[in-house]
Amino acid sequence: MDAEPTVHPLPLAVAPATARPRASLARRPRPLERLAEGLVRVTAYGAVAAVGAVLFFVLREAVPLFADAALALEVPAGSLFSPTAAADGAWQFVWQPVAEPPKLNLLPLLLGSLKVTLVALLVATPVAVMAALWVSEFAPARARQPVKIVVELLAGVPSVVVGVFALSVLASWVQRAAHTPHRLNALVAGLALSLAVAPLVFTVAEDALRAVPDSYRAAGRALGADRRHVALGIVLPAASPGILAGIALGAARALGETMIVLLASGNAAIFDTDLGLSTRTVTATIAQELGEVTVGSAHWHVLFVLGAMLVVVSLGVNVASDAAMRHMRRKLGTGS
Amino acid sequence: MNDHNALSRRAALVGLTLLAACSRPSEPGAAPSAAPSAKVSRSVTIKGSDTMVILGQRWAEAYGASHPGASVQITGGGSGTGIAALTNGATDVCQSSRPMKPEEKAKVKAARNADAIETPVALDALAVYVHASNPIASLTLAQLAKIYVGETKKWSDLGGSDAPIILYGRENNSGTYGYFKEHVLANKDFASAVQTLAGTAAVASAVGSDKAGIGYGGIAYLAGVRAVPVRKDDASTPVAPSRETALDGSYPLARSLFFYTAGAPTGEAASFVAWVKGPEGQKVIDDVGYFPVPKR
Repeated sequence: MDAEPTVHPLPLAVAPATARPRASLARRPRPLERLAEGLVRVTAYGAVAAVGAVLFFVLREAVPLFADAALALEVPAGSLFSPTAAADGAWQFVWQPVAEPPKLNLLPLLLGSLKVTLVALLVATPVAVMAALWVSEFAPARARQPVKIVVELLAGVPSVVVGVFALSVLASWVQRAAHTPHRLNALVAGLALSLAVAPLVFTVAEDALRAVPDSYRAAGRALGADRRHVALGIVLPAASPGILAGIALGAARALGETMIVLLASGNAAIFDTDLGLSTRTVTATIAQELGEVTVGSAHWHVLFVLGAMLVVVSLGVNVASDAAMRHMRRKLGTGS
Repeated sequence: MNDHNALSRRAALVGLTLLAACSRPSEPGAAPSAAPSAKVSRSVTIKGSDTMVILGQRWAEAYGASHPGASVQITGGGSGTGIAALTNGATDVCQSSRPMKPEEKAKVKAARNADAIETPVALDALAVYVHASNPIASLTLAQLAKIYVGETKKWSDLGGSDAPIILYGRENNSGTYGYFKEHVLANKDFASAVQTLAGTAAVASAVGSDKAGIGYGGIAYLAGVRAVPVRKDDASTPVAPSRETALDGSYPLARSLFFYTAGAPTGEAASFVAWVKGPEGQKVIDDVGYFPVPKR
């Protein structure tokens, strides 16, 4: 790794190396290797360029809302967040883009995303972290692999399938159990989301726990701690930055998930913290409205402002969780 | 290995955000629309109103059966989406459950250099759905408006049970949304509490499983729900949506369903539109649950 700092951690990069088992066959035509390396490099840079392009494209459509004088007059930046007066004089926050005049307050949508994300994390995190701890510290070797495979399968269930399950089955259970005012609501959407978030948190947390060197466990055992003490008192704290990174990634996944919330939340833009009420998230709003909106209108640009918020938040969370993971590995001496 | 994981995870997340951010801005498959050299292409693309998707599909099937070699592709998305697609040339025919606005016609004219031609193809009665167990006998348009702007909050205010009224409606790109907002709410804003669902079938099924629910949509979607008779005002008698009441104009929420084309349709599209207006096409309408255009 030290000798070749430019090698990219992609499977393709190591393929030529493993393809020559004997020294006598080592002399391969050089141009082919160069081509392979070049291809790998282009792919890697292409991924970076794609992220940059997405960011550029979204920001390019979002910025005019604040930069363009006519648009800024039509929809002042402050009006995206400040309340308006209702007919009875009470303050209200309204997202009603197809209206005269359009009401484009972002707070109901931001609160909606926050509500479902919190529910999803509160449900998914304890389950996922405990499962990861069990798999990494307690599970018999023959149970470990099947459990991981099943969890990965759960991660692979298409979100539309999870959404339809929530819409038709989960919503009725929740209403029967919790007597929520709306059948489709933030609680149902959050619970459904937790099905998508938990496998992600599990996988990252399990990675983090496995990254704790066995010397830590051996030292604990040598001092007379039993398995449970080692797991909870030594391994879990040592892996905590990585676990937090997993939770953060789970939060980004929940914020960005579209299909599940679109189907399960009812999509009413109500500004209220009650989890039993229908809720409208940022992603569902973009999905429902971007197809119809007039290109270049204030509504169009506001939808891109929402999109830009999503991109920036999820990129930020990814960078931060990556840094946390690296920090942990360096501290534990298992870093790459 | 872990680096691979982190990388693919990041890629997946970026992909997700990308998806969320650009869900429906472009029209995939909007191949530079079928060259007007009629004889070559025998396919017609039709896009628009979700209310009309089933109807369009039945038309396409019946038309395909009697016109071998022709292919008609129907997609939904909402009347607004269809009009946008007609404007940018991504569809030959736009289905709309509301008349096009003058500014939309102007956009088509500007972008396609041809007038938007309107063809009424069917008649729909917009039904007001409630749960089958809901005892409410009828609603006036004014009562409906108050319910949907959020002034009337409980069924007991209308002589029903003590439950709060749970509002269901359509997304704001739906022609049904636009029609209801204009004709029932007199262009006032819907209450924030209206749950917007993707498609009339979704609204009907939500009301069907919610005892306190109310929704609106095409009369073809009555399975599992009850259509409340509607009164124009306090003085008029309740009228249930039906073929007769829609045709004779006594049902207050009857509306025309339209085809729009940029300029007079040509080639296979022209043949399809003419067939839809003819006896075979109008017979399909009956089977789906809408009503043929009244003959003048």
